[in-house]
Amino acid sequence: MASKKTNENKVTPEDANSRRDFIKKSGLFTALALAPPSLVMASENKWDEKIAEYLETVPLSIEVNGAKHNLNIEPRTTLLDLLREQLQLTGTKKGCDHGQCGACTVHVDGIRILSCLSLASMQQNAKVVTIEGLSSGKKLHPMQEAFIKNDGFQCGYCTPGQIMSGIACIKEGHANSREEISEYMSGNICRCGAYHNIVDAIIEVKEGGKLI
Amino acid sequence: MKNFQIIKALSANSAVTSLSKEADAKFIAGGTNLVDLMKKNITAPDKLVDINGLDLKKIEFLKGKTVIGALAKNSDVASDKEIKEHFPLLSLALAAGASQQIRNMATVGGNMLQRTRCSYFYNTDMPCNKRVPKSGCGAIGGSNRMSAVFGASESCIAVHPSDMCVALAALDAVVTVEGPKGSRKIDFKDFHRLPGNTPEKDTVLDPKELITSVEIPENNFAKNSHYLKIRDRTSYAFALVSVAAALDLKGKKINDVRLAMGGVAHKPWRLTEAEKFLKGKEVSETVFKQAADLAMKEAVGYGDNNFKLTLGKNAIAEALTIAASK
Ligand SMILES: Cc1cc2nc3c(=O)[nH]c(=O)nc-3n(C[C@H](O)[C@H](O)[C@H](O)COP(=O)(O)OP(=O)(O)OC[C@H]3O[C@@H](n4cnc5c(N)ncnc54)[C@H](O)[C@@H]3O)c2cc1C
Ligand code: SF4
Ligand code: FES
Ligand code: FES
Repeated sequence: MASKKTNENKVTPEDANSRRDFIKKSGLFTALALAPPSLVMASENKWDEKIAEYLETVPLSIEVNGAKHNLNIEPRTTLLDLLREQLQLTGTKKGCDHGQCGACTVHVDGIRILSCLSLASMQQNAKVVTIEGLSSGKKLHPMQEAFIKNDGFQCGYCTPGQIMSGIACIKEGHANSREEISEYMSGNICRCGAYHNIVDAIIEVKEGGKLI
Repeated sequence: MKNFQIIKALSANSAVTSLSKEADAKFIAGGTNLVDLMKKNITAPDKLVDINGLDLKKIEFLKGKTVIGALAKNSDVASDKEIKEHFPLLSLALAAGASQQIRNMATVGGNMLQRTRCSYFYNTDMPCNKRVPKSGCGAIGGSNRMSAVFGASESCIAVHPSDMCVALAALDAVVTVEGPKGSRKIDFKDFHRLPGNTPEKDTVLDPKELITSVEIPENNFAKNSHYLKIRDRTSYAFALVSVAAALDLKGKKINDVRLAMGGVAHKPWRLTEAEKFLKGKEVSETVFKQAADLAMKEAVGYGDNNFKLTLGKNAIAEALTIAASK
């Protein structure tokens, strides 16, 4: 599985052992006597870990940027890792991976959340929107345009999270003053310190009154 | 993070039953604290029982009390019109915690059970009695700027990090829980415990019990209450010290008062002596300062956190002044 690429999910020898234990415990080998030919073949070819891996996963139906996905994932996969490693949507950034920076902000069912602290297995049937889902064709979202126009970034690493948060900040009704915007954007840290221009961009979109 | 099984509970009853069957299972609500701790291997359950499908999200305004479901989101409670009107203290405290993204995920029950932010608790290379009982306490004699000044023990000097809980302690809330043996109610002031020599236990809740709701009795504090949070930056940081102040005023006379502090103890810290002192007095700067002195009389610093003794006093007087002038 693609998630194996991340450090966190790397298969370590302990993991492999626990998979074998799992197979023993689950009595799968006894069950193989009655198993369909594909499973027997798997066993003969020493594919036990693959099967165990399959059994350790859970099915997930999720909609991301309008596209439906039916997947099998490990319960421990975070929504952030699912997006980046399995769906190749790398626009959503991993900053701290511990809820402290906001770089991983996405919208789930219209609400901004942190994808690094969200287990994908708990997002059954959720509708997720990431930075990749904002533009329509070549036309950028008003918030993306405002960030460019107002220099709302330097290195750009925090920007996808800032933009997702900025849109939500307006929709929630928390963009009525510079102070209020700063407070409600405080979950998005910018190491380059582009805060002033980020607030400018949000005010411009709010005052522009376009549908966002 | 270790892999685990996850199941979705469909009723409070089945949630409790499936948890009690497993030695090492945990409920998961918003996940904002649990997932973080699991990533750091501070806790590593074999099974998670996802309780988000339970019908425990409602906020109900009943006669004499308001009942908030354990799964109500922190952001929904903070912005609820009636909560703002009747219990502005709770709304202010919630809005002062974490960030909007986290408040959108975090639940009332999960907030109550969030673990300490003591840096030794988080650092698995360091001793910590709360994380590994009997391993020692890194913070005593170590870096303890965030630590407690009330009710600490030789085993642990950590503080409870919640803002919401400080307001709920001040408002005399009551917690309802459901366990394998049925349901029971716990006064909020007794819910969190002092560390003693078992700091691994944060609360009196049995690990197999589910929090179902929190109720707040009706009060006359809506007009004059304030939550003051002092932190290292203006927003998105845990409290160094916080104060929940609620006054019931008749003209200048203090009919009734509630005071609680955050960032100073292993539990939300009610200032009962100061409350008693203030009751019946007239609002004045002097009286507020005297109450603050009284409240901080027993406070003890551990070195790096000695500043909390002065900061605490000033914060109490300031919170009372702001509450009285609303
Ligand atoms: C970067 C950051 C900054 C933060 N800043 C603040 C702050 O300034 N102020 C503040 O107060 N908080 C702050 N928080 C903490 C945040 O408020 C908590 O993480 C959140 O409230 C936990 O709620 P949850 O629903 O996500 O809990 P979860 O993570 O789902 O659960 C936490 C614990 O509670 C248990 N649990 C959950 N619900 C129930 C239930 N109904 N019955 C029994 N057990 C249950 C779980 O088993 C778990 O042990 C911050 C968090 C982060 C990550
Ligand atoms: S103060 Fe408590 S939480 Fe912190 S290191 Fe000591 S025992 Fe652990
Ligand atoms: S990566 Fe999620 S908050 Fe930093
Ligand atoms: S633009 Fe560099 S971190 Fe924000």
